[in-house]
Amino acid sequence: MADQDLSHAGASGPPGYAVADLTRLAASGGVPDAAVLARRARRWGWWYYIEYWLVNAKAWAVSIGLYMVVMPLVYLIALGLGLGLLVDRGVGTVGGSGGSGGVPYLTFVGPALLVATVVMSVGGELTYPVMAGFKWRRLYWAPRATPVSPQQIAVGHLGGVLIRFVLQSTVFWVMLLLFHAAPSGWSWLTVPVGVLTAAAFGAPLQAYAAHLTDEGYQFAFVQRFVIMPMFLFAGTFFPLSVMPVYLQWIGWISPVWHGTQLARQAAYGAVEPLWLTLVHLAVLLLFTSVGVALARRTYARRLGR
Amino acid sequence: MTSRATASTDGVVASGTQAVIRAVGLTKVYGRVRAVDGVSFEIAHGESFGLLGPNGAGKSTTMRIIGGTLQRTGGVMTVAGLDPAESGPEVRAHLGVVPQEDNLDEELSVRDNLIMYGRYFGLPYAYLRPKADELLEFAQLAEWAKAKVGDLSGGMKRRLTIARSLVNEPQVLLLDEPTTGLDPQARHVLWDRLFRLKEAGVTLVVTTHFMDEAEQLCDRLVVMDHGRIMAEGTPRELIRGYSTREVLEVRFGAEHNAVAAERLADVGSRLEVLPDRLLIYADDGDAALRQVAARGLSPITSLVRRSSLEDVFLRLTGRSLID
Ligand SMILES: Nc1ncnc2c1ncn2[C@@H]1O[C@H](COP(=O)(O)OP(=O)(O)OP(=O)(O)O)[C@@H](O)[C@H]1O
Ligand SMILES: [Mg+2]
Repeated sequence: MADQDLSHAGASGPPGYAVADLTRLAASGGVPDAAVLARRARRWGWWYYIEYWLVNAKAWAVSIGLYMVVMPLVYLIALGLGLGLLVDRGVGTVGGSGGSGGVPYLTFVGPALLVATVVMSVGGELTYPVMAGFKWRRLYWAPRATPVSPQQIAVGHLGGVLIRFVLQSTVFWVMLLLFHAAPSGWSWLTVPVGVLTAAAFGAPLQAYAAHLTDEGYQFAFVQRFVIMPMFLFAGTFFPLSVMPVYLQWIGWISPVWHGTQLARQAAYGAVEPLWLTLVHLAVLLLFTSVGVALARRTYARRLGR
Repeated sequence: MTSRATASTDGVVASGTQAVIRAVGLTKVYGRVRAVDGVSFEIAHGESFGLLGPNGAGKSTTMRIIGGTLQRTGGVMTVAGLDPAESGPEVRAHLGVVPQEDNLDEELSVRDNLIMYGRYFGLPYAYLRPKADELLEFAQLAEWAKAKVGDLSGGMKRRLTIARSLVNEPQVLLLDEPTTGLDPQARHVLWDRLFRLKEAGVTLVVTTHFMDEAEQLCDRLVVMDHGRIMAEGTPRELIRGYSTREVLEVRFGAEHNAVAAERLADVGSRLEVLPDRLLIYADDGDAALRQVAARGLSPITSLVRRSSLEDVFLRLTGRSLID
């Protein structure tokens, strides 16, 4: 054994295993100063998390993509064409005041369905996955050990989810065009409205999910008693004004109604006073910013003790 | 003496080199539990430092305070002169962390786990792609690069977590029970590689409740229990200071141990009665065994061995490290 490789003489591992050049591995010179890395992370940490989220989403791309295409089709055919035929035969048009200015039911319900389905999808994205991040799969703890901050993880997760909804809203909008259900030249604005509504509901939901430390039984409750009522009573299928006044508050406090009304203005030029339009926008922005602030705080608390 | 003597406020450790990590009176209180209770230590650049202690001793809590991912209740903590609670991103930029529990993304490929983790440090893909391949080589996972992490065995995941901690070429590596779940061969390979990393200038902080690991890996260590440091020194100093050179282990059967212990109280310098055996501490174990025989006692089994950190721990706490 005279010609044995002496460089391995001290190794206690099995003979012949490949040893990477550890000095290079430990310090190749390719890593900048800590101050430089920290500065990058302070500015872009949220985006690094989004990048991770997107790489992760690649695994689901096909199924999410299919869902994004099939779901608007199903809704538009069933509610727009099926139910719409019935409605249009019965009352002529909807949404107009005093019988004039109304539109076919498909046009009325189309942009609202865009908003409502996006909000329903939020219910899947910012509940159980948040719990997985903290607890079940401990996914948040990986970036936590790096220069990325808990606040940035919160914003990054929301940001990744919102990118999904940019796509989902865009696909839905294209479907509306194909169904001739978005006559206005401004109908593309339904896309940012859909995303803003997703944020307005998603950010507070994310904060709530982050604050739960048990197994997330509450999410079924959220599904049944928050998301479903919003879907049914927040002006998606019929104007809020046809409901008794004592039920209309469900619409007023839900992001879905505010988003829906904005989407209708964009899609077919539904008429509303300017102040109300501003209220819609303000409510959505308020929900979003309060939600983000709470989520950031909760993430910092939970990942810091 | 070749080491630099500095007058820095960062603190100076025994050898004279500058402390890269310094803790003074560190405390962490959870409600009524004092998880870390006034712990002080200094770790020199390039040193391999161990936290040895049983479950619940406060090892992981201490590690997280060093990384600044856990808010301490009191005390002073500096890493490379910075307070991790204030300058978390700066401290963690050159820190490698192997957490006690793996937090790999099981849905992602092995290689993507390395690359996306590297992104969190603001490192560009041009650096990360070749780096990931080197790290896979290091972890002996090159053939698994495209596999989903969920398909790996527990030991392979552990190796991947360790490889991941090196993606930013850390100057300080925090290893919380690094070899849990590794088979004996993989443990030895890892010890060897950690030793080489240390030779390449990386400072190692290791927690473990395996005394062989502590003896193999650590230049210096503290023995922790109930959030406090019981003793500090090199493995050899600790063994010399708290134990005898050799230990005689004798078994008389569970019912007879106590009776035998009474008759052997003055053999050797100290006697420990464990549920299943007696430990007789003596510098000459064979001589002690002859004394046992001279008293007319014939143990079922007997064994003379060198003292280990386990004995140090038993002496300090009256308890075994691993039950
Ligand atoms: N988040 C927490 N809330 C309350 N108590 C905690 C929390 N984390 C740790 N503790 C308590 O702090 C003490 C120290 O825990 P720590 O995890 O640091 O121990 P350890 O030495 O790492 O143990 P092990 O060997 O089991 O990993 C334990 O008593 C534990 O119950
Ligand atoms: Mg621990």
